Amino acid sequence: MSKVNVASLPAEEAATAPKQPEPEPRPSLGRLFLDNLWAANTVTVTVLAVVLAMLVGAVLIIVSDPDVLGTYGYLTSRPSDALNASWTVVSEAYANLFKGAVFDPEASGFTAALTPISETLTYTAPLVFTGLSVALAFRGGMFNIGAQGQATVGVVLAALAGFLLPLPPVLHLIVALVAGALGGALWGFIPGILKARTGAHEVINTIMLNYVGLYFLSWVIVQDGVQNTTRADAISKPVESSAQLPRLLGDNLRVHAGILLAVLATWLVAWLLNRSTFGFELRAVGANPAAARTAGISVPKTYVLMMAIAGLLAGLGGSQMVLGSTANALTPLVIAQIGFDGILVALLGRVKPWGVLLAALLFGALQAGGNRMQSYSGISLELVTVLQALIVIFIAAPALVKAIFQLRAARAARLQTSLAKGW
Amino acid sequence: MAVPDVAVAQVDEGFWTRTRKIGAVLVALGVIATVLFGALATDRSARFTLSETEGGAALEINGTLGAILFGVVAAAAGAALMAGVPKRWFTALLGVGLVAFVLSFLCWQVSAAPEGRNFMPLVNMVRGTFVLALPLIFGALAGVLCERSGVVNVAIEGQLLMGAFSGALFGSISGSVWVGLVAAAIGGALISLLLAVFAIRYLVDQVVMGIVLNLLAVGVTGFLYERLMQPDAARYNSAPRFSSWEIPLLSDIPVVGPALFRANIFLYLGLLLVLVIHIALYRTRWGLRTRSVGEHPTAADTLGVKVLRLRYRNVLLAGVVAGIGGASYTLALYSFTKNMIGGKGFIALAALIFGRWSPTGALLAALFFGFADQLGTYLGAIGSSIPSQFLAMLPYLATMLAVAGLVGKVRAPAASGKPYVKG
Repeated sequence: MSKVNVASLPAEEAATAPKQPEPEPRPSLGRLFLDNLWAANTVTVTVLAVVLAMLVGAVLIIVSDPDVLGTYGYLTSRPSDALNASWTVVSEAYANLFKGAVFDPEASGFTAALTPISETLTYTAPLVFTGLSVALAFRGGMFNIGAQGQATVGVVLAALAGFLLPLPPVLHLIVALVAGALGGALWGFIPGILKARTGAHEVINTIMLNYVGLYFLSWVIVQDGVQNTTRADAISKPVESSAQLPRLLGDNLRVHAGILLAVLATWLVAWLLNRSTFGFELRAVGANPAAARTAGISVPKTYVLMMAIAGLLAGLGGSQMVLGSTANALTPLVIAQIGFDGILVALLGRVKPWGVLLAALLFGALQAGGNRMQSYSGISLELVTVLQALIVIFIAAPALVKAIFQLRAARAARLQTSLAKGW
Repeated sequence: MAVPDVAVAQVDEGFWTRTRKIGAVLVALGVIATVLFGALATDRSARFTLSETEGGAALEINGTLGAILFGVVAAAAGAALMAGVPKRWFTALLGVGLVAFVLSFLCWQVSAAPEGRNFMPLVNMVRGTFVLALPLIFGALAGVLCERSGVVNVAIEGQLLMGAFSGALFGSISGSVWVGLVAAAIGGALISLLLAVFAIRYLVDQVVMGIVLNLLAVGVTGFLYERLMQPDAARYNSAPRFSSWEIPLLSDIPVVGPALFRANIFLYLGLLLVLVIHIALYRTRWGLRTRSVGEHPTAADTLGVKVLRLRYRNVLLAGVVAGIGGASYTLALYSFTKNMIGGKGFIALAALIFGRWSPTGALLAALFFGFADQLGTYLGAIGSSIPSQFLAMLPYLATMLAVAGLVGKVRAPAASGKPYVKG
């Protein structure tokens, strides 16, 4: 640091002249609660970011509805029409979002009542893995934009293992998961070793590898022995049932064991980061590579291992896209954009493992609710992408949220998720 | 002070200098071309016609002979590099070697094509190369403007997409190409504005912001496409198109004339912009200031350059350029579809890096990537055994090699990606 810390000078003066601090009156519990609520802490900013994003989303819904927009033509003569129409379309859309993601009060029966939660958890599971992948690398000072590519290679190998190998049930699933994990690890290892050996920036290399992986996927699908011969379009053979993750709540609900693996992975990554030697080295490298090197930590080795583990996690997340219940065969769009969403999830979760789990839950809920919103209210699923991006924009700039709501700065300055660094 | 992520020590290279290593690779490529392509090529002639069809004047060579001949040329160029020629010949020899390798490859492919299709229409190839390179040129120029002044622009994809969308929307509503063009520029600038405000004012990590903005652009355009354009395409998605303008005299030049000088406004505009930005960047006061802000903002600030204002202006300018690039799709070629840029923004980023952050370099890189793309289409049409997916990977792999320092040195502007805080 080249700057002199000016703020510390008065503190030193104060230390030389010790003074008995005034005993402050103990604030009441309600007062504390309100203080915390209006301080710009992590929870408040997150909630407000979600609110802001939904407000912008509401504007988008209104301006893209010609009928509602029509009522704004005579806003001055009869404003209630415009307001009522806007309220109806927005509230109905968001009600469906909620019903699709959490609970539908009109649902009757066990299965129907649990369907929203089951859907949410189904979409959550892969996002946890890609989010952890990005978060882990971020803590080590690397920006893994390649979760998409790592998940792609993971899904290819998992699917190949899933329909090419004749294995008994449990073993088959394990082999397929391991294959997916190894594929992802390889795709993470490449930018890691390139960074360690040549200093090539991982942001560029991971972006490039995303597309190499995508073209690899589209090439694999149309190969003999892979492509589904009964179909004309580009789709692979289906993964055998022996390699599929078991469903947790019966065949009518899509939630599968992937969510359990996700919780396990979160716990493992949390342990790895906070309790293990490697985690310590990783955080040290992330905080200051030069100091870590001086302390005897092998920075290149840490980079390589860190990216391989990040890739492994993303590969596991990708594997679930064919081994879980969302699909059972490779298509060019099989992994949707779980890798890019993983970046958002990691940032929203403040690059902490348990935070990532919660963030993935929110994103999974938005996805599940978005499906219902699309089919019941006719609001395009793309709105979910907009909401997700907006939430993260507001999270990434806590200064903005603070300015909008005039929050006080929280003591813990943990809000800044950004690690400013160049190529 | 920032610490370089990995210290790249200057080691004594000994006999195997970089030039010699590249020479060795070129020799290997030449030998492969001579032996493999020579053996696989047929005795039929490979015709490179100077028109759009089979007929007319043509450059013609026996397939086997051509493959072997050009292979030997490539190997000879490599051998010359290994022998230690003066440094100023390096680029020329490398260029000759690579072009000879490609020609050898083409002799094989064209001569081995099925009877009646073993010709290559050069006009189509050149035109296709430029058409496919066009969005890359605009995108890479947008990258140059941003990154030369110290702001990483990963949001090129989003800027292109927003430009394409608003060009289509407002072009359709107004029925005028010029309104569409202006709207496209404003659309691109809008994404740029968000990037600028968040990166410069709120100090959000620029790569993070770029990724999020890409997702936001995909979401917003996809949402409005499904809500407005899909239900009423005649009204919202039928923009008028620029017609081709023929430049007298120049359009009579063989091959280049019909390919380049009977094009629409966007091609001329793109090539003109390369020239203008090149001159502006290296010959004007604005350019000197931009480059100094990108390399050492503190020094520039000391000398009275308004760092932040310059950055705002350049980022907005980049949005305008990329927005027009997006319009080169919707106001000349196709109507808008969801996510129609499909990763071109990231290839533009690759072109920017491959072209070493200079306008002319970016142009050459974009043309190279465009050629790879066009070659893939051509090989598909003649039923080649080379999978098009691998050719599609080429730009990304080439960029990775470049960044890893295997093909020339790549160095980003020093302050790229680092927010500037005065004081």
